[in-house]
Amino acid sequence: MRSDWPLYEVFVRGKRGLNHVHVGSLHAADDEMALHHARDLYTRRNEGVSIWVVKAADITASSPDEKDPFFAPSGDKVYRHPTFYDIPDDVPHM
Amino acid sequence: MTATLPEQDLERHFERTIEHDQRIEPRDWVPEAYRKTLIRMIAQHAHSEIIGMQPEGNWITRAPSLRRKAILLAKVQDEAGHGLYLYSAAETLGADRAELTDKLVNGRQKYSSIFNYPTLTFADVGVIGWLVDGAAICNQVPLCRSSYGPYARAMIRICKEESFHQRQGYELLMTMMRGTERQRRMVQEATDRWWWPSLMMFGPPDGDSPNTEQSMAWKIKRHTNDELRQRFVDMSVPQADALGVTLPDEDLKWNAERGHYDFGEIDWSEFKQVLAGNGPCNAERVAHRRAAHDGGAWVREAAAAHAAKIKESVA
Repeated sequence: MRSDWPLYEVFVRGKRGLNHVHVGSLHAADDEMALHHARDLYTRRNEGVSIWVVKAADITASSPDEKDPFFAPSGDKVYRHPTFYDIPDDVPHM
Repeated sequence: MTATLPEQDLERHFERTIEHDQRIEPRDWVPEAYRKTLIRMIAQHAHSEIIGMQPEGNWITRAPSLRRKAILLAKVQDEAGHGLYLYSAAETLGADRAELTDKLVNGRQKYSSIFNYPTLTFADVGVIGWLVDGAAICNQVPLCRSSYGPYARAMIRICKEESFHQRQGYELLMTMMRGTERQRRMVQEATDRWWWPSLMMFGPPDGDSPNTEQSMAWKIKRHTNDELRQRFVDMSVPQADALGVTLPDEDLKWNAERGHYDFGEIDWSEFKQVLAGNGPCNAERVAHRRAAHDGGAWVREAAAAHAAKIKESVA
């Protein structure tokens, strides 16, 4: 008999002041077990001070196939970047 | 008709990504052969880590001191972790983890031939760390730049941890070499047993390695088997000298012209025999893994049942 444990994605905060970062995945029967497994699997050497686990099935992701059109709205707005604006060199603190 | 054109576009996009040394990520379109090759490679690698717990696990209860026992436990636990990082990477390609385990315990997927050799003395534990993990590091460091992102990232974690494995093994051997004449002999004998199988870990010679060319074109692999084997030999000779052991190869000598050590002919018939299932421990390793899997079935089922019950009571 197969007893399917769902797949969880694991995010670890390496230390205070940093974002949680995706480190991999694991299988667990429930959320609490997923946290314990994540601790044993991904933080055996003090790699983390905080862990998030989330069922992989609950993640909504952009599709890689349509990434060009999906991110297109930000592609042509150069004026959103500070380097778009010419300011004379002798103007201080800009 | 309409479907062929987008596929060509997708393929071109895939090839351009590889060409520009960018990583392929999960859910990107990839050619079916790329997916299959990677799943085969990653699964084989994961299985090797999992089976690789057994030769050294054999000595946990008999480690000569609490220090050595704690180290060995941590190392074997790491091997389990490495297996799990890799299964996790294989899953991003659409492989099913339970199916991968089924394939391992039913002999339908392979693992590294090295783990089919027995660990006869505690010196074998040290030599596995020094030579087997040393060879693994040689193989694995270039895989940190593999074109498939999740595999490369798993390899980065693994390589960091393997360094402890190699150093604890070498330190163990140095300690034994400072001991009695009998202990020194144990180290030499273990070196004699593991040297040639370690060289075989790099796989068949380039002329006889059917998958290498395509894997290198896809930048899954970065060096050929023979290149990595040579690198390992060059690294190991001074380490053997420092330790005070002799590597069991009369043809091993420095070749100034090549800037590398020459070494003797590998007995590839032995390699093929071990791969075909006829090594000293093949049957034992797989039987042990299957027994552990079957023995754990009730735990997996009970945990799933408990989770279902909690969910029901909350709902």
